[in-house]
Amino acid sequence: MKRPKIKSIPYEEFKDNETFEKIVAELNAGGAHVLVKPLDDLINWGRSNSLWPLTFATSCCGIEFMAVCAARYDIARFGFEVTRNSPRQADVILVSGTITNKMAPVLKRLYDQMADPKYVVAIGGCSISGGPFTKSYHVVKGVDQIIPVDVYVPGCPPRPESFLYGMMQLQRKVKVENFFGTTNRKQKDPYKEEMKEQNVELLNQQEEA
Amino acid sequence: MDNEKLTTESVKPAAPTAAATPRPVAPKPAAPAAPAVPAENLCELQVVAPEALHAEMKRLHDEEQMDFLECLTGMDWEADGLGVIYHLESTVTGKRVCLKTVTTDRENPLLPSVTDLWDVANIYEREVFDFYGIKFTGHPDMRRVFMREDWVGYPFRKDDETEKNNPLRMDNEPLADDTEVLTLQADGTVKSNRREIFEDGDYVVNIGPQHPSTHGVLHFRVALEGERIKKIDPVLGYIHRGIEKMNESLTYPQTLALTDRLDYLGAMQSRHALCMCIEKAMGVEVSDRVKVIRTIMDELQRIDSHILFFSCLCQDLGATTAFLYGFRDREKILDIFEETCGGRLILNYNTIGGVMADLHPNFQKRVKEFIPYMRRNIKEYYDIFVGNVIFHNRAKGVGVLTKEQAISFGCTGGTGRASGWHNDVRKRMPYAAYDKVQFNEVVRTEGDSYARLLVRLDEIMESLSIIEQLIDNIPEGSFQEKMKPIIKVPAGTYYTAVEGSRGEFGVLLESKGDKSPYRLHYRSTGLPLVAVMDTVCSGNMLADLITIGGTVDYIVPDVDR
Amino acid sequence: MFDFDFKIVTEWLHALLTGVMPEWAAILTESILVALAIITLYAVFAIVLIYMERKVCAAFQCRLGPMRVGPWGTLQVFGDVFKMLTKEIINLRKTDMFLHNLAPFLVVTASMTTFACLPWNKGAQIIDFNVGIFFFLAISSLGVVGILLAGWSSNNKYSLIGAMRSGAQIISYELSIGMTMLTMICLTGTMSFSEICAQQAAEGWNIFRGHIPAVIAFVIYLIAGNAECNRGPFDLPECESELTAGYHTEYSGMHFGYYYLAEYLNLFICAGMASTIFLGGWAPLVIPGLEGFNEVMACIPGAVWFVGKTFFVVFLLMWLRWTFPRLRIDQILSLEWKYLVPLSMINLVLMALVIAYGLHF
Repeated sequence: MKRPKIKSIPYEEFKDNETFEKIVAELNAGGAHVLVKPLDDLINWGRSNSLWPLTFATSCCGIEFMAVCAARYDIARFGFEVTRNSPRQADVILVSGTITNKMAPVLKRLYDQMADPKYVVAIGGCSISGGPFTKSYHVVKGVDQIIPVDVYVPGCPPRPESFLYGMMQLQRKVKVENFFGTTNRKQKDPYKEEMKEQNVELLNQQEEA
Repeated sequence: MDNEKLTTESVKPAAPTAAATPRPVAPKPAAPAAPAVPAENLCELQVVAPEALHAEMKRLHDEEQMDFLECLTGMDWEADGLGVIYHLESTVTGKRVCLKTVTTDRENPLLPSVTDLWDVANIYEREVFDFYGIKFTGHPDMRRVFMREDWVGYPFRKDDETEKNNPLRMDNEPLADDTEVLTLQADGTVKSNRREIFEDGDYVVNIGPQHPSTHGVLHFRVALEGERIKKIDPVLGYIHRGIEKMNESLTYPQTLALTDRLDYLGAMQSRHALCMCIEKAMGVEVSDRVKVIRTIMDELQRIDSHILFFSCLCQDLGATTAFLYGFRDREKILDIFEETCGGRLILNYNTIGGVMADLHPNFQKRVKEFIPYMRRNIKEYYDIFVGNVIFHNRAKGVGVLTKEQAISFGCTGGTGRASGWHNDVRKRMPYAAYDKVQFNEVVRTEGDSYARLLVRLDEIMESLSIIEQLIDNIPEGSFQEKMKPIIKVPAGTYYTAVEGSRGEFGVLLESKGDKSPYRLHYRSTGLPLVAVMDTVCSGNMLADLITIGGTVDYIVPDVDR
Repeated sequence: MFDFDFKIVTEWLHALLTGVMPEWAAILTESILVALAIITLYAVFAIVLIYMERKVCAAFQCRLGPMRVGPWGTLQVFGDVFKMLTKEIINLRKTDMFLHNLAPFLVVTASMTTFACLPWNKGAQIIDFNVGIFFFLAISSLGVVGILLAGWSSNNKYSLIGAMRSGAQIISYELSIGMTMLTMICLTGTMSFSEICAQQAAEGWNIFRGHIPAVIAFVIYLIAGNAECNRGPFDLPECESELTAGYHTEYSGMHFGYYYLAEYLNLFICAGMASTIFLGGWAPLVIPGLEGFNEVMACIPGAVWFVGKTFFVVFLLMWLRWTFPRLRIDQILSLEWKYLVPLSMINLVLMALVIAYGLHF
């Protein structure tokens, strides 16, 4: 039988577990803050082990997501089973399924409603690039056009194993973050007041309209 | 088009001269590749002029008891005008009829509505309006159904510049609170009125588009009176991928891939329907082995789908444990699928003229193990959920759908059968190996949510018995007929239906003899089920919306296509 | 016999403190110590309960539950806590900011105060006075104000419907709780938790002493208590499938965390009350006639008895939660007003008769 050959993604990339560890090692090569680093590690440990997904599914991949939550694959082993229905309480949005032009603003709004830190996993061909529907007039060619994506899980739909692998890659990615010091530093924004006024005006105009 | 006809107020629906001449499309002289005898699924289209359409429809409905509007398809015949194909069936006599009507006016096409005869025509005609811009006079609610309200153009027209006019819009979509009603007046002019969808002071709650229990991205605007539902206005199209339009630029083997993604819990059946439609149109006879394999696969898929239906219903009603029990059993079917087809959900198994690969050597053994396992576990479902007094209280007498309503709304599948309507395509028009097996059509008369669940659970048992009859008697033969490298279907209009997991799944194929279809329309199993939600839910409580939505059993990607 | 009175510790501490500082300072220090203890206990029990819930539910559903974080997933909930603490709290435009931020604190305060009423051991009780049960009922109904405020101030239709349902449900079921408590007060003749426990240690558990009416009261209490905690099959206010997350839809970060904590602690408090009033609190199991057995039982410390009984009741409630589907709002209310209230009234009369004729043990 003829074996289908994957042209675009080399198999090695599916087995890449070390890149993120390497990044951390490089970042800390010059030494890390003695107080901040352990605290950062602690918080990253907490965050990476408690990624609560938003129940968001548009099509086929959603059924596979349900299968991942069910007994055989049991996403609960990683502590991800607490699926939240309200975006405010979710940490990661698993975009499982095709995103159409009509759905795009809704997805964007859902993403905006989520509280920081928030992550996006694009699941399946449709959300990565439009998949089999790339040529359609009503399908977004990849959700990365509208929201930033952290991890891509290819497949149509991906197998539950790849779901879990994608989530584990996200965990690795979360562990690279800094909570204290860099990303969370409060910066004085010179335009803050100005922007605020403009925003309020804009919002009021929208509401009137 | 004559310039004088362009104003809205004075348009005459398709001038009589035009109506007299449209060329009949279906019984065209056979193309060179066509077989001598007409294909068995070729539609013999009666052409009816738009002015005479409503009277003719009324006659068919009242006198010939054509009470089931099976399919209503919009068409664009380019120079020959825009039109609609109607498929009617009588649930009493079983007689079937196809009609066709054409208007040559491309700027402002108008056709009479048949909403007053069949309730389901409401949403079908809205779909045609959305895709082709054909307006229906006498339709109470002429709004777009899938596209955003600010969408420019009509995407299914052959001359539409869809992509150019409609870049990705990231602003929130506008949702109008009123709708257009067109009435045809005695002097032939058309009057346009506005009508409010909700009354003043209605407390409108949006259920969806992102909501845990709408089974996908579906948006209900629900007007509440306390906790009681007054009216539901479904907003569709959040997963409309334009599959039908895409098909027009794909070759026949390519179109197959998209059927699996319509109703992903009826992947086998949908693909079976399209393959069968093309095979019959080309006059290809598949081997008995293929027929039996397809039957077994369809039934496995049906069990898979019904288990998922049960699981999701449990989940929606808060019985999370039963949900996981269902998934535990479903994995067994997926294992069987995976061995033979290589996929779990999207299977890509049927091909034109056969199936993709022969059965796996383990197939029979696995299926034989599965049958008693499933029979045993069904009892567990009754123990943990179906027999529970809380569930009885929540489901019995909730969301009653009468037989007349079910027929008028075209609710096929388990939902229709729970209301006492014998609509099983496997019995009505046997295909594949269904004429060789013994099985009962499960029908109940209550029409409530409880009956809808029981029908599905009983159907699992029937499916198991069908598989049991076939599994030891798979005939030898080739699993794939020899097909030409480029598949061309002879010109004509063809319709084939199979019993999908949740109702009649039909394929309407119009071919001009090319290597890709001229128009490929799927009769969605879910669209009538969504259309019926307003009727079934009004008067019930908000919490019942979940029960009813769960038991009516629609799959949104199949609704939106 | 292991009859340890926790009063010895508290009195020793008091004497120690008054030795080095004036009376008022000593009392202040003690209050702070007690408050710290209670907050720690509160957090610890919440973590234990959440872990237990996830494991118990996994066991019912043929799954494993948390496994990867720590041995057998024991550190899972700590991870959740760290995440929750560092998660953004979203402030919404067009909401009543003050009420919106106040609501979770109300809920948590109510549940912490009721938590303080639990008798952990002989003499180990933080709030204890002669109308203890009355105080408990009054404080526990404060939580519903927090829920109503949350629903109202969120400016969200789901939240509002969830909060209204919750209000209707909790206020209704409070009636049954009050009625069953009244039934048991008939039997005990006191409203003080410490006395109720002491009485049961001396004369046997109330559920045995009051036999039939006590058992009926226990069952009604479990049903009504479950409804008070907003847990399935009565989890309508947050009813995931209809109202996304009910009254706390708009809360994020630690504000949501407070609701999450309070939900589990209310479960514990509900179970703790059941074990105090019906199952003897910290009193060991005594079977008349089996002296050897009683000796062994008496060697187990009271706190272990209390926590053990409470977790047994918690398990019962979890079992219910993961087995039954959810009721509908009108069915919940008719269950209460048409069945439970009349039944508990009759039960009260029955108990009064039992007491009057001295039919109890």
